[in-house]
Amino acid sequence: MTLAPSIEEVIEDFNVLKCMQCGVCSGSCPSGRQASLNVRRLVRKIGRDHEAICDESLWMCTTCYNCQERCPRGIAIVDAILAVRSIAAHEGLILERHRHVANLLQEHGHAVPIDDTRKEKRIQLGLNSLPSTVHSHADDLEDVKCLLASCGFGEITGRKE
Amino acid sequence: MMRISLFLGCLVPNRYPGIEKATGICLETLGIDWKELEGASCCPAPGVFRSFDEPTWLALASRNITLSEKDERDVLTICNGCYGSLADANLKLKNNPALKEQTNSHLSQIGHHFDGTIDVRHIIEFLYSEIGVQKIKEKIVRPLDLKVAVHYGCHMLKPSSSRATASVERPSVFDELVEALGCTSVDYPDKMECCGAGGGVRSALGETALAITEHKLGKIEEAGVDCIVEACPFCHMQFDAGQVSLAGKGREFGIPVIHYSQLLALSLGYSAEDVGINLNEMDCSDFCNLLGNKKD
Ligand code: SF4
Ligand code: SF4
Repeated sequence: MTLAPSIEEVIEDFNVLKCMQCGVCSGSCPSGRQASLNVRRLVRKIGRDHEAICDESLWMCTTCYNCQERCPRGIAIVDAILAVRSIAAHEGLILERHRHVANLLQEHGHAVPIDDTRKEKRIQLGLNSLPSTVHSHADDLEDVKCLLASCGFGEITGRKE
Repeated sequence: MMRISLFLGCLVPNRYPGIEKATGICLETLGIDWKELEGASCCPAPGVFRSFDEPTWLALASRNITLSEKDERDVLTICNGCYGSLADANLKLKNNPALKEQTNSHLSQIGHHFDGTIDVRHIIEFLYSEIGVQKIKEKIVRPLDLKVAVHYGCHMLKPSSSRATASVERPSVFDELVEALGCTSVDYPDKMECCGAGGGVRSALGETALAITEHKLGKIEEAGVDCIVEACPFCHMQFDAGQVSLAGKGREFGIPVIHYSQLLALSLGYSAEDVGINLNEMDCSDFCNLLGNKKD
């Protein structure tokens, strides 16, 4: 299993300390306008302390990149948020629903696998009941599982391998 | 490179197979040398898996890319999420020798090797630059007289630092492709806003995602359109299934959602049922009837 970056690396790599708290990011943020993410505050928090990894609002970012495109200081805000999320995940801070999706990937090679209703829909359209993805290729699914094990993904997401 | 392999991802084949069917019809009719990318997995979804562990994200994404490298075909994606994931991973690995070496050491366990010889394309960008608006117009057998809200979604265009496509704030490629089919692309406030689903928000914090969706649907409703057209099954699901959830809370919109492949297939003479518009989560029967009447 590889290590997550350190918070110091995140601050350094993505220019977090250049933030002048202008609020352009928050003004551009759909998750701020329609819900309660305050990305300006989140950037400040990331620049200040490791506690940012516990901030629930980390997971409210849709990664729409509006803020990153518009930040006058050129801060890679989304890249920083993703990196801090990975620190959080490596410390076991993963939302239950996300853990579930991770388990689906590990079992099926798809985060959203097929089900019976959709098999029916496929047949109705004249398609094969299973798509030509890993769903039809057991050897490819084995390769995916092998890669996930090689990366230690199960240990990170708390699934026994 | 005009030889392409179609990357299906998860949501298209496993939730909205009508988009898979429609895409095949379009590629065939436009005379493109294509085949499906056999044995592909989840891209993997950038919001969740890239968030957890970048090396895992790169390993799985690069396996999908190497499947296409072996065939000497560019990868064609029909989903903004798949495009974001695969295009970003491809670029990172091409530009960063250390990451490439780390990823190849994982890939060596399954006998794959990332060479960096192909590109990842998005269907909108691909149709626009490889086929062109004019050639598409010439193929149309049934012009569609529809008022459309075009939804670009986020990762087709952003981050602009790793995209070849045009303007982020006021792009026109998608609108031009929609209007090529006879439709009118209706302008509306917050057109470039997110659907709300990305970044793992839909999967874990559904109410936050839905609040963003409701806002955007409200703007589209005011614009008065026949349907929403997107180029991403994740946006498709968020608007389609999202409207079912919102209706359950007493907020009815009733705006049909269709992927550009489906819209194009309609204009090529196929019916709404041929491309699964009737298989959306919300009831689209009025819209299907409207299309039926417009057949000629
Ligand atoms: S836009 Fe950039 S500089 Fe302004 S508050 Fe946000 S992160 Fe800081
Ligand atoms: S990328 Fe995230 S933080 Fe930035 S504007 Fe979009 S939702 Fe807000």
